[in-house]
Parts: sequence; structure tokens; C-alpha cells
Amino acid sequence: MTAADAAGALREPGTQAAAARPPRRGRANPNLVIGAVLVGLVVGMALTSFVWTPYNPTRVDTPARLAGYGADHWLGTDKFGRDVLSQLMVGARTTLFVGVVAVGVAALSGTPVGVVAGMARSRWLSEGIMRTNDLLLAFPALLLAIMFGAVFGASTLTAMIAIGVATVPTFARIARARTLQVMSTEYVLAARAAGRTRLAIALRHVLPNIFSLLIVQASVSFAIAVLAEAALSFLGFGTAPPTPSWGRMLQEAQELLSVAPRLAVWPGLAIALAVLGFNLLGDGLRDRFDPQLDDRR
Amino acid sequence: MSSAAGNAVLTVAGLSVGVRDLRLVTDVSFSLGPGERVGLIGESGSGKSLTALSLMGLLPEGLRAAGSVRMAAVDHDLVDASERDMTRVRGDRMAMVFQEPMTALNPLMRVGDQVAEVMLLHDTQPDRRSARAAVTELFQRVHLPDPERMPGSYPHQLSGGQRQRIMLAIALANNPSVLICDEPTTALDVTVQALMLEEILAGVEREGSALLFITHDLPVVAMVCQRVLVMYGGRLVESGPVREVFTSPRHPYTAGLLASSRFEESDTAGRLPTISGSVPAAGHFPAGCPFRDRCPAATEECAEWPGWTGGAAHGFACWHPVGRTGQ
Repeated sequence: MTAADAAGALREPGTQAAAARPPRRGRANPNLVIGAVLVGLVVGMALTSFVWTPYNPTRVDTPARLAGYGADHWLGTDKFGRDVLSQLMVGARTTLFVGVVAVGVAALSGTPVGVVAGMARSRWLSEGIMRTNDLLLAFPALLLAIMFGAVFGASTLTAMIAIGVATVPTFARIARARTLQVMSTEYVLAARAAGRTRLAIALRHVLPNIFSLLIVQASVSFAIAVLAEAALSFLGFGTAPPTPSWGRMLQEAQELLSVAPRLAVWPGLAIALAVLGFNLLGDGLRDRFDPQLDDRR
Repeated sequence: MSSAAGNAVLTVAGLSVGVRDLRLVTDVSFSLGPGERVGLIGESGSGKSLTALSLMGLLPEGLRAAGSVRMAAVDHDLVDASERDMTRVRGDRMAMVFQEPMTALNPLMRVGDQVAEVMLLHDTQPDRRSARAAVTELFQRVHLPDPERMPGSYPHQLSGGQRQRIMLAIALANNPSVLICDEPTTALDVTVQALMLEEILAGVEREGSALLFITHDLPVVAMVCQRVLVMYGGRLVESGPVREVFTSPRHPYTAGLLASSRFEESDTAGRLPTISGSVPAAGHFPAGCPFRDRCPAATEECAEWPGWTGGAAHGFACWHPVGRTGQ
């Protein structure tokens, strides 16, 4: 045994873990930084649009239609003469709103379902929940959203709810997997030995310990929701005119693709960067909150 | 019956634990008197921990207990009690300290809150303020450094010995009448072990709790316990006062266990005496006396369970007991 081995063996596990953690915290993760910057950009754009946009995004200005890049209209205008930059800014609002509500619906209903399935003592209950979940998971999200649109009428609200419902199984699955892990830890056994009820264990021990994983999933699901909203609006099942939406801007640009390709480029770029941003943010957060590293504490 | 049996705080009768058709613990009976310190020894797989977990009603999923576990001042049997009834007993009348202090605390909760919760839960303290004061006092009693600031720490900031003291503080928070310690010092290094044992002894003495101390460390039993129960193959094979069992064991298994921990009896090559063979997988012990396939004295008679000789407080289960009457 070398001296270093001996020192390592003698060191108490607790202090070792404490010493190993801070450097990991301090290291900047490029994914996390780039993701946060992109997401920050989208959020900043949406927030700014509440107080200022270059023009009213829905104002039709026929003489100025299809204007190119210029001092009046930085990113030009569309076929009705509406300012593209203003539409992009307000569109960011729609995108974020849909994302927040959809992910909120999914997380708030999927997580409890997953935790219950993970803690259920009855095999039937747990299996029943998870098989129903699988059924929902097997159903294509876009198809579900289109069905919702057909039944309840196309609107931002139906799009949000449909995307949210389609994302519930993902959260349920992840919450259950991590709950099972937490339930097998000794601190849960100790909590039971101290007379804690199941509800208290769920609230005090399970939820806080699965939280970081849910945050990561929320970020990744957000990216998917952004894409789904754009797709639905493109297909005419999402945000109804005149509310600006990136997906519909893309669809309106389609017929003018050869005349004014920039009309498709900008909303397309916005969608791509937003999706990339939320994905990178999710990846970065995952690296930081890796449950594998969690267990080594 | 033991002298304590009349007013025993914990009485276990015919306790068995099994999964489907496998029997892991068979017909275990013993009782703990008030403030009595009893060791439960045996090698890995002998059913010690399962016995302890079944007392608490914390058996892993799929395992079932049968028999009877009664506690003084608890008007229902703990075997097959509802989860609701058990949560009232656990942490209050009966508490447990686990083997692994590194994982037995929630990493995301301040340790003070984890201790305070147990007192609030069982209404030992009326509100958060008084619970906080009680935590500081408890931390003082188990000799944690800086008891004023320690409650604000998170588990990862503490050493193994400190965390185990916190587990002990949690277990003692509600003055339990029975404290179960499942190898509480196995994960600690030797110097910390001795301090921890002193804390446990001081703790049960102060609270007047009976102690069931599970270990395979014989010197620890000699230091901590008054009486000892020896388990093998899911059965109780011998019990009695520590001094008598350790100086004149009656069951060949106990004798083998003791011999293999006596350093002066090593052979010329420096090897310690061993018990030949190895422990069968849980639930796959031979019928009759579970030790018969490793026992030097085994005969055909041993295919049948020998039954208990002696009283509940001091006796053994063997056809061919070692020492005294035999020779």
C-alpha cells in the first residue's frame, strides 16, 4: 500500500465527499452556459415585448409590405407589411407561455402520479398506473394535439393542454423511477422507523430528492413543447391569427419562400435557437444534478 | 421464564419470517425486561436483522412475519398491526439505529430538523421552538460538538461518527422503552466505535430503555450486554447471561463462534480455529438442527429439531450440548 492509498483509506468518507464536491460546483459547464444564454435571449425578447416593440406587430401597413432589411424595419416586413421583428418578439411570448403551461400541466400531474406509483405497496395499483401511462406514451403527441384541436377548436389553450397531456407520461415515468430509488434508501427506512407516515415521507423525503431530476426533465420537455407549438401553429391547430406565433409566421412565409426567404429564416432560426437553448440547459443541469453522483454523497 | 418476564417491555413468541415457502426466521421467542441490555449475535444470514425489522414492522416487501410480538402499554400485537398503528409505535415506544450512518439521514434536510421532526411527530414537544431547544439538549447529551450550531448542518458536512450520534439522538428523542441497534458500530472505525458504544450505554441508561443490540462482534456484546441470544439458521440456538454463555457455551455453534474469536488459540501457522463449512444461503438450512451439517458432534438424531432445554432466559437447543453434563 502506498502512502497515498493509506491516507485515502484513513480519511473519513464524510470529509472525502465534502472535499470532492466544491470543485465540481465551481466548474463552468459550457452546455449550461450556452443554454442559459439562449434561453435568456428568448425570455429577454418576450419580456421586452411587453413594454416595447418597434411597431405594433399586428398593424397592417400595405405600402410597406415585403420591405427588406432597413432602418425602418430591421428585419423587414411580411406580405401584409407587418414588422417581422415585432412579430418575433411577441411570438416569443406565445412560445414561452405555451411551454410554461404545457410543462406545468405535465409536471404537476405527472409527478404525483409517478410518486404514487413508486410508493404504492399494492402491485396492482403501481402496475395499473404505469401501464395506463405506457398507453398514453405510445400515443403520438402531435396526433393527440390535432385531435384536441378538432374536438375543442384550434387555439393556444388547446395546444398547451394537448402538449401538456402528451408530456404527462414522461414525468410520471421519471418520477416513479427516482421514487423507487429514494424509497430503497436507508434514510427512508430510518424515517419509517421513526414513525413517519407515507404522506410525510412522500413530501419530506421523496419530493425534495427527486426535484433536481424533474427540473432537468422540465427543461428538456420545454424544448419539445416549443417545437410542438410551432408545428401545431404551422398546421393551423395552434395559435389563431392575429396573435403572432413563430410557427404561423413560418407557415405564412412558405408561399413566399422564393420571393422573400428571410421571412422563413428568422422565425425558423428563433425556433431552432430556443429548442437548442432549452435542450442545452437541460443537459447542463443534468450534468450538475446527475443522480449517479448523488448516490456517492 | 426469566425474572423479568412478568413485567417485560417486549415479548416475542414464536416469531417466524418467510417469503412464500422459504422460512428465513423460525420460531424465535424471547423477552426484554425494562432497561435490560440484550445482545443478538450470529453470523451474516442467520436472521438477526430480519428479526429486528419484523419487530418494527419494517420487513422488506414480500416478506411476512407470523407469531406474536407484544409490547408493554401497547394494546395490540405488533405482528400484522396496521401501518397506522405501527407509525404510532415506531420512533416513540420502539426506536432503531441502523448500521450505515452515511445513508440513514436525508441528504437534503438539516440534521436538526430531522431530529426535531420525530419529537413533533409523536407530540413529545408541542411546537418548533421547544423542539429546537430539545434538539440542542439531545445533541449535548450524545456529546456532539457545538450543539448550538450542529443542528443547522447538512449530513454531508458531518463525519460518520457524528451522523451515527445523530441517529442515536433521533432514536432516543422520545424516550423509547425499547431501543434496537442493528450493528450500529460496524461502519465506524475502532476508536469511534468505543465512544459510540459508550453513548448508547449512557443513552439507554438515562432513558431506562431496554436495548436489543445486534452484532457479530463478540467483544462488543461482552462490553454492552447483560444477556445474549445466539442465532443460527434463522433459529435461536442458545441464550443466557453473557458471562455464562461466553465462558461455558452449551451449543456447539456458540462454542465454535467463541473459539474463532480467541486469538490465543491460533495454531502453529497462526491460523484461528474456524467453523468448518460455510453458512448456507438464507432459507436453505438443513431440516432439524440447522447447524448439523457443520457440527462436529452431529449424529442422526440431529435431523430432528432438538427443542429448547432450560428456561427462556438461559437455555439452548441441542442434542449434544458442549461441556458440563455431557462430559
